[in-house]
Amino acid sequence: MRLEVEITGKTYESAAGGTHEVLSPMKLALQSGEVGVLIGPSGCGKSTMLRIILGLDRDFEGHVARPPEARIGMVFQEPRLLPWRSVEQNIRLAAPNASDAKLSELFKILELEAHRSHFPGELSLGLARRVALARAFAVEPDLLVLDEPLASLDDALAGRLRDEIATLVASRPVMTLLVTHSLDDAIRLGDRLFFLSPRPARIVQEVPVTIPRAERSEAELARIKAELAVLPLESK
Amino acid sequence: MLRLLSIVLLLAIWWIAALFVGGAKLPSPPAVLNVIIAEAASGALFLHLGATLARVALAFVLAMSVGSAIGYLMGRVKLADRLGDPWLILLLNLPALVVIVLAYVWAGLTEAAAIAAIAINKLPTAVVTLREGTRALDRSLDEMATVFAMPRWRAFRHVVLPQLAPYIAASARSGLSLVWKIVLVAELLGRPNGVGFEIGVAFQLFDTPRLLAYSLTFAAVVLVIETALVQPFEARATRWRPRAA
Repeated sequence: MRLEVEITGKTYESAAGGTHEVLSPMKLALQSGEVGVLIGPSGCGKSTMLRIILGLDRDFEGHVARPPEARIGMVFQEPRLLPWRSVEQNIRLAAPNASDAKLSELFKILELEAHRSHFPGELSLGLARRVALARAFAVEPDLLVLDEPLASLDDALAGRLRDEIATLVASRPVMTLLVTHSLDDAIRLGDRLFFLSPRPARIVQEVPVTIPRAERSEAELARIKAELAVLPLESK
Repeated sequence: MLRLLSIVLLLAIWWIAALFVGGAKLPSPPAVLNVIIAEAASGALFLHLGATLARVALAFVLAMSVGSAIGYLMGRVKLADRLGDPWLILLLNLPALVVIVLAYVWAGLTEAAAIAAIAINKLPTAVVTLREGTRALDRSLDEMATVFAMPRWRAFRHVVLPQLAPYIAASARSGLSLVWKIVLVAELLGRPNGVGFEIGVAFQLFDTPRLLAYSLTFAAVVLVIETALVQPFEARATRWRPRAA
């Protein structure tokens, strides 16, 4: 499977009138098994890009080629859980085909076992985010889209979840698109880093990370970081 | 407990007032109770109550289902809202009496005319409430359902309907009270049975005990239905919400 995005322009009309350019022309492609990372300043149009890629926003110029049968797993910036359904129901509604064993495994990994029957209103934001991750993983997606999934989690948990994402990505041929502010997350998870400019966003630089994810030692990561530091990236 | 106390207080005030005003205009509670027992023994009370309740049920279900569907459509589709809005304003402001009289004139003094007239009176408020509920739907949850490719019916049942439930409950609540009021007028004007018909008869004879007997029994039935059916439904629809302090 392959995702190809070619956006030639995206504008929106503000309530006060006047047209604003949100996205500049850009092109990106992703293969199965690859993790693409979008890194850019706040408000640069990353979420708009994701909405276009997911097919939620059709009012743009350009073309998105996404296999029509591709299952999508998405972690939104806010958890977007159904407040009137329990944690388990929330996941089962999005992933009706997930087996009990699969769900139990996910609950265990994400430390949600004690919260299966809780309602989202009873969870902390950190827990709700983990439920949103469990929901996205439970659908066994072909395209996994993560919009700052590790924000507002403590470092230890964020690290564990990052490893989980890496494991999932390794276990299935999934195309992953990650939006993050953290260069650290980007170089640990990403295969292609797309550095974006401030609004209207364009891709300033596309940096491939060639070492396989599992083999990236701390020394390698430090070296990649040093290399990135030299590049003239507006978004760092 | 407090509710019971408040009902007892009401009865006490009534009894004292009856003592001052005297028999014919305001009969005492036992006098009214005697009439209720006599009417119940003859079976007339149940016949008339039954006829009224059946009309309420039919008109209520008709108005709620059609009104909710139209309200949802108007909340979702701008064109439907534009087209429907003038009709809605007309219906909202049309006096109940006009609708009932016109229904009887056009469709004859029939059961269908009575039920349709009651339903048409309730319909616009259901439309307005459900339209508001639909407009307030959380778009971000719609997007979530779209991204996860939820089938339409599942998304409607689990994403949309729970958000509409408080509006449906509110509309049912206010709608039922509206229907209770209008059904009696419709019966008074054009039906040969029902609580409204009996009240009409009692009015012509200036028979206050009979008038009170029927209206109080009717009010009691309304109260029971409100507490036994409407309130539990409302509580269930909003159970996921944190309790108000």
